[in-house]
Formats: sequence, C-alpha cells, structure tokens
Amino acid sequence: MAALVVAEHDNASIKSATLSTVAAAAACGGEVHVLVAGSGAHEAARAAARIAGVARVLHADGPGLADGLAENVADQVLAAAGGYSHILFPANAGGKSVAPRVAARLDVSQISDIVRVESDDTFERPIYAGNALATVRSGDPVKVITVRSTGFDPAAPAGGDAPIEPVPAVPGRDRSRVAGREASRSDRPELTAAKIVVSGGRGLGSADRFQDIIAPLADKLGAAIGASRAAVDAGYVPHDLQVGQTGKVVAPQLYIATGISGAIQHLAGMKDSKVIVAINKDGEAPIFGVADYGLEADLFEAVPELVARL
Amino acid sequence: MKVLVAVKRVVDYNVKVRVKADGSGVDIANAKMSMNPFDEIAVEEAVRLKEKGIATEVVAVSCGVAACQETLRTAIAMGADRGILVETGEDLQPLAVAKLLKALADREQPRLMLLGKQAIDDDANQTGQMLAALADLPQATFAGRIELEGDEAVVTREVDSGVETVVLSLPAVVTVDLRLNEPRFVTLPNVMKARKKAIETVTPDSLGVQVGSRLHTIRVSEPRPRAAAARVPDVATLVDKLRNEAKVL
Repeated sequence: MAALVVAEHDNASIKSATLSTVAAAAACGGEVHVLVAGSGAHEAARAAARIAGVARVLHADGPGLADGLAENVADQVLAAAGGYSHILFPANAGGKSVAPRVAARLDVSQISDIVRVESDDTFERPIYAGNALATVRSGDPVKVITVRSTGFDPAAPAGGDAPIEPVPAVPGRDRSRVAGREASRSDRPELTAAKIVVSGGRGLGSADRFQDIIAPLADKLGAAIGASRAAVDAGYVPHDLQVGQTGKVVAPQLYIATGISGAIQHLAGMKDSKVIVAINKDGEAPIFGVADYGLEADLFEAVPELVARL
Repeated sequence: MKVLVAVKRVVDYNVKVRVKADGSGVDIANAKMSMNPFDEIAVEEAVRLKEKGIATEVVAVSCGVAACQETLRTAIAMGADRGILVETGEDLQPLAVAKLLKALADREQPRLMLLGKQAIDDDANQTGQMLAALADLPQATFAGRIELEGDEAVVTREVDSGVETVVLSLPAVVTVDLRLNEPRFVTLPNVMKARKKAIETVTPDSLGVQVGSRLHTIRVSEPRPRAAAARVPDVATLVDKLRNEAKVL
C-alpha cells in the first residue's frame, strides 16, 4: 500500500498545501510518494524530496505540463497511478480541477475536502458549508482524495532526502490551452498560509475604505488580507481574497473579522482559526457566536485605534 | 448551437440544516428546496447565450427524485427550452451523475455543457470535471467569464492566485463560479408557462447507466463547537487579551 501525493508547485517551489496533503497521505498508513508534474520543475522536485516522510519523488517534465492544464495533469497522474492505493491532491483550484478527472477515469468515487483520516478507507469531510461532518467509507480499490489543508498539520518541508525518479511526461492535448494569466500581486503573505488574517466585510462600505482601514492593520501585523463574499461581490477586493464555503478556507493563529456579519458561508471558511476576533457594531451579528474576543464597536474608530496600540 | 445545463435540487441556501440525532444524516424533511445557486448561474449564462443568438437551444437536465421536476421548471421559467429528468430514488454520487449526463450528451450532442462548480449540499465540486473526463472533452472550472468565438470558448477562470484565461475547442464542459452573472428572477407568467411544458423523463436503466457507488456515509455529526465568545469592552482590553491571554501577538 502506498499513497501518491500530486504536488502543487510553481516549478520552482512547492506550495504549502502540498505539505498538509503529505501529512494526510502519511495518515493513510503506507509509503508516501510525491508526483511533481511540470516543465523545468527540477527545483520543485528537489523541494519535494526534502519534505519529511516522503519516500520517493516522481518527476515528470514536459512542455504539456507547463501550465498545469487539468486535462494534461490528469493524464500524467493516470500514467503514474498504477500500484497506488491512495491518490491525494490539495483541495485548491488545481487539485479540485484534476482529481475528479482522475477518479472518473479510474471509475471510482472521489472523496472531497477531507479534514481527518480515520483509517485507510474512512475519512471525515464537511458537508453543508461545514454545518455537518460526514464520515465516509470507500470500498473503491483506489481512493482519490482532495485534502483540506487546514485539517492537517503540515509535514516538515525539510529533513527528508527522497530519491527523485524521472518518469516520462505525457504528450499535451491540443484541445485546450492557457491564453493568459493575471496574478494578483501582493507583498503580503499568502492567504491560506498566513499566521494572521485580517478580513473585511460589507461594513467597510467601499473599496477605498477597505484599503484605508484594513491595509494598515494588515501591514502592522504582517497579516494576509481576506474578505467576505459580500465585500467581494461589492467589488471592494478581488475574488481571490474571498474566505468561505466557495472561497478559500483558512485556519490562521489569529483571524480578525471586521465589519463581517458572519453568514454560514463565511464561517465555513474560517471557523477553524485558532483565535478569532470580531469587530462589529451589530452586537447580534452571528460572527460573535464563533469569536473568542468580540468587540462591539464602530470599526472605523476601533481598527485605527487598534493599529495605534499595536 | 445546443447548450446542456445540469441543475440539482438542494436544500435552499437560507436553511440551516440540522444533523439527525441518530447520526444517519441531516434532517431535510420539510426543508425548503431550491435549485443549487451555482446551477442557477449556469442556467442564466445559457439563456443569455440564447438571447444573444449564439445558442439555439437550452436543455436543462436534473437527476434524482420526481420532485426535481420543480427544479427543471424553474430552469424553463428562466428561459431554458426543455427539461429532461433522469428519475431515480437512489442516492446519487457525483460520478453517477456524470455518467448519466455523459449518456445524455451522447444523445443530445450539445456543443457546450454548463454546470455549477459545486452543489451547496455535498460541497463535492466534482461532477463537471468527471463529465469532461468521461466524455473526453476539454474543461474549464470556476468560470468568471465565458466568450464564445467560432469553435472556441474563451473562459476566464477564478483561480487561487488571480485569474487565468483558457481557450477550449468546442464541445467542452465549463463549470461556473459566483461572479459570472446575476441570475434573473423568474416572473409569475413565466412560471405559469413553464408549468405547461412537458418534461421528458428517463431512467438510469434506460440510459444504460449503473448508479451504485462504493462510497458510503457511515455517520454524520455536528461540527465541533467553539467556546462561546467573550466580549471585550474596548480596544485596549482587546490588545491586552491578545497579548497576554491568547498570546497571538
């Protein structure tokens, strides 16, 4: 029995969600191998080999894998899948796009977004925006799984020394191609990996005020910025800052929610944070129900004062 | 160009579901049911393509119990031309739904298939990608914008680090995200008209699809609760607590 983790990487480095996925794979009980499928991804493969607990790295390198197209990555995973009892992906945009293609072609069910491994065939996953936890058992010969990174303590990124085995890259398909990318540029930590997240909601009132109020606090704390769906829909910040059921799931050491009422869909994305602070002028807001420290106050006064006192 | 849209009947997004005391599932008896919000966005996009003269026919498909007819009628009231119900009382996993949709796609030959990126009940986010794999078609998930140009779909995807534009050769499968559009409200006259439209009913058997699954839910439980909130009177106290009690600063 061995598990294959499909690494998320940018060819130069391994993304942190991969480390949590390795931890989940180790909990399944067998050897853990990591597949790095990319183009010019030698640095990423070396980084994968250093992850503690990884026994082998498979490195497929070819032009068809340069853009991480789901069609091609799925073909590569299937080419490597023989002999593995578990195939695990980080539950983010890349893994969510590829894993179901792999599961369907293997004719097995996929188990999405697991937060706990109970045994090699039994897993826990949130349903209904985290309002319930389902424990599911798979009788499929191969378990295709996506892993919610907040559910697992990441494996150590150093300490391992796994051999890197080159494997042939699959030819790319010609019916889809990436025509462009626009990365949101930020000097702040990545939202899903940050130790502190400062989030704003519709209570901020405008894109300018969101920046004026939230950015100084995030700067002071070295924090990532997040937002509620309402703030994203209103155009205050881009979609990739959305925290919630359909956005990103975060579990930082400290989560500061300002002007966020706390809809179920938002709570689904942050309620596993270690310490939650809510600042809201509506004392009845549901966000106070999950906050460790609630401050009922006008955020336009409280947040600048907080910045001044830190 | 024919567009096929898949719609799922789910517990309305405003309903807070409760876990059954015996841990066998969530209690959805008597709960208000609605079309999965992401599927509504998919229907809206398909109808807009028709209004622009790009799509010639919009076919809505739902898989499940007889009551899914209501979901199909909502899609028709929004502007879909017809509905197909794949009726079954079996518990359907995403893989089974993908197989059913694949069988219908073989029959209907749509150029574009639109689905919501995930359903808000099982939060699986699988069906569209599985359908694309089974039909051996290109896919784009998390669509925030869809442009059809000749034999290609240019799709802007909302990914973790920003946006990515992919070009797909049609036929293709696209799963839609929140900000693609704002679905229209259905008007009463359109609801009445939709009631009169015939909905074709087929079964998994008639499509030659086995819907059984080897994935079983053995327990459903309440999420672990968080301790009740402590209110702090002012910012100074908050900073003090974060430094000295929670020790996170």
